[in-house]
Amino acid sequence: MKLTMKAAPHLRNGDTVRKVMLDVLIALTPVAVWAVVAFGLKALALIVICTVGAEALDFVIMRFLRNRKSFRPDLSGAVTGLLLALNLSVAVELWQALVGVVVAVAIAKAVFGGLGKNFFNPALIGRVFLLISFPVQMTTWFRPFDMQTSATPLALLKEGAPRVFSLQEMLLGTIPGSLGEVSALLLVLGFGWLLIRGRVSPIIPVTYIGTVAIFAAIFNGFNPSFGSPIYHILGGGLMLGALFMATDMVTSPMSLKGHIIFGIGCGAITMIIRLFGGYPEGVSFAILVMNAFVPLIDMFAKPKIFGKVKSHA
Amino acid sequence: MKLPTFRGGVHPPERKELSQNASLTVLPLPETVYVFLANHAGIPAKPVVKTGDKVKTGQLIAESGGFISAHLHSPVTGEVREIAKYYHPTLSKPEDAIVIQRTSEDDWELLGGTGSCDDFSSREIVDRIQRAGIVGLGGAMFPTNVKLSPPAEKKIDLLVINGAECEPYLTIDYRYMLERSEGIIEGTRAIMKALGVSRAIIGIEDNKPEAISKMKVASNGSNIVVKALKTKYPQGAEKQLIYALEKRVVPSGGLPLDVGVVVDNVGTAYAVYEALEAGRPLVERGVTLTGEGLKNPMNVVARIGTMTQELIEFAGGMLEGVDRVVFGGPMMGVTIPKLDVPIVKGTSGVTVMKETAPLEEFPCIRCGRCTFVCPMNLQPFLLNLYGSNRLYDKAVENGLMDCIECGSCSYGCPANIELVKNFKLHKKIYRSLKGGARK
Repeated sequence: MKLTMKAAPHLRNGDTVRKVMLDVLIALTPVAVWAVVAFGLKALALIVICTVGAEALDFVIMRFLRNRKSFRPDLSGAVTGLLLALNLSVAVELWQALVGVVVAVAIAKAVFGGLGKNFFNPALIGRVFLLISFPVQMTTWFRPFDMQTSATPLALLKEGAPRVFSLQEMLLGTIPGSLGEVSALLLVLGFGWLLIRGRVSPIIPVTYIGTVAIFAAIFNGFNPSFGSPIYHILGGGLMLGALFMATDMVTSPMSLKGHIIFGIGCGAITMIIRLFGGYPEGVSFAILVMNAFVPLIDMFAKPKIFGKVKSHA
Repeated sequence: MKLPTFRGGVHPPERKELSQNASLTVLPLPETVYVFLANHAGIPAKPVVKTGDKVKTGQLIAESGGFISAHLHSPVTGEVREIAKYYHPTLSKPEDAIVIQRTSEDDWELLGGTGSCDDFSSREIVDRIQRAGIVGLGGAMFPTNVKLSPPAEKKIDLLVINGAECEPYLTIDYRYMLERSEGIIEGTRAIMKALGVSRAIIGIEDNKPEAISKMKVASNGSNIVVKALKTKYPQGAEKQLIYALEKRVVPSGGLPLDVGVVVDNVGTAYAVYEALEAGRPLVERGVTLTGEGLKNPMNVVARIGTMTQELIEFAGGMLEGVDRVVFGGPMMGVTIPKLDVPIVKGTSGVTVMKETAPLEEFPCIRCGRCTFVCPMNLQPFLLNLYGSNRLYDKAVENGLMDCIECGSCSYGCPANIELVKNFKLHKKIYRSLKGGARK
């Protein structure tokens, strides 16, 4: 009888990082399907190329460049790829999307040490790289279904000629925008799945969106041309950013206090860019800027240890 | 009604159904017992017998070696065969044990003067507990008489009897509460008198409704309150239990007595009762024999020093595919390398586990689950980061020494990082770097 010596606990709940990633992919599936329905086969091609390409590239880097013989794909690359695809306009060429994938996986993630070690959200680094490199394709937007080029709600706002999209259009996703940002309802639905599965806490999205709403309400009160809170929440990339990009586990803080600070910071920077900056949209930059603050936030926003009278941080 | 509980915690599969309906069975007397001198926390006992001595059941064979130490009594009637080193289940290394060969049925040597706790003064009760070698039977094996003699400046106003039994698989406290409820209440009254407190609470998780009602009936008319607690691991951890019942927070690095509370396990209360009313020193204890790898899971009353092999054979032997044998339950239990390891006073269960799929390790993805479930509100991922990089001072600054080693963090970690295992090691290293001083 051979008995093995193992460390407690001898029970585990069987969860793996792969299952976490799979849940994120499942949560994004309705949004991705809607993107294909709304924008056609080009959208499908972008999604497939980014998702499969990112996962394959991640595997090649881990298995061959870093020589991890036992490495098995963990789906983290696929999540990065899918999020990147959902952040693109359907006008982006496939080869351009692949450049974004390489930047996201090889530079934003692998260079920092791979999964869990990167400071910045890889999909957002990929997106911002493409935005700077290919500004034309990245800011040419199509209306779903009729595929007419059109400015996004926020771009119209910036130009001072707001064409008012209805609340219904923004919820269902018939407004111009990137593949994943048009349907607020499906984004919330997907996030609900993550909540049910206990994968994320709602604190970052709530504080993020709440901050945006308060900012918008205040400025809209002074000058209606700044746009209403509803417009700011549903008209751009905020829902996608707040629900799926800002909540990225690796690049967000760990504690409740940290989540609140992070969410408020993201919201404030987003609104400063939208209202006063050169770009109509500020979600990507806001999240990336706050990503840089995460180590600092983590250092100061530690939970209070049970029984510790005062934390001497 | 919302049941009292603590922040954090996990819900591992309880699997109590394996053994919870098996009544207490008295194990046949073993032929040989192996009684460790280190059968309690603190300083090992000093033997007062030598090879060849005849001993009676209950006779003193080793006496307390210091302030935090306890007496040992012979679990059988027989002859001392040797004092030699055997593998100790919780210290996980060879330790001195008195080996006694049984020669006849029990011939008891009892402690003189028996009666209910009303016949004893509080000092006499503490003295009796000390002479009976009673230690915390929940698993920590801390000498009970020391716990009942708090420093004069610590005012104790509450006794908590721990019947939570939050550890999955184990059902021994449950069976004791069902079958020996009066004894537990008598023992509780005795401990209350020893401490001079007028309040006692018995905390039981609500997955044991029969034990709750049984204990309520037994405690009727006394000032002992039975309280149901939310079923959540680690509800039975001392600090979490006190918080759930009374919302008192034991300070970091402190003990329950710092908030005026003493916590004892239900088994300990029963042992106190036996020492007073029957004059019996602690020579046996209840042990749950359980696990998917065991033929007939059951609850036995076994003599201290009985070999695991004998217990497992009594329970019908092991099934195919057994991978490990755990002393205690699956969350905090310790594996043993072979079956000829004797049980000690703190052995509440022997869990025989089947082989499970190997854990696939991933890098930490900072998901924060460990922080969310930690009942001490620590950040396990951070402690692990510091500890693994040998920044032990940093780890301690962030609460390494507050870790109660419950295993909730490792249980739910999607990256399958051995957090608790690392923390135990880091604590050990930190203590030895600090010259063995406890912090």
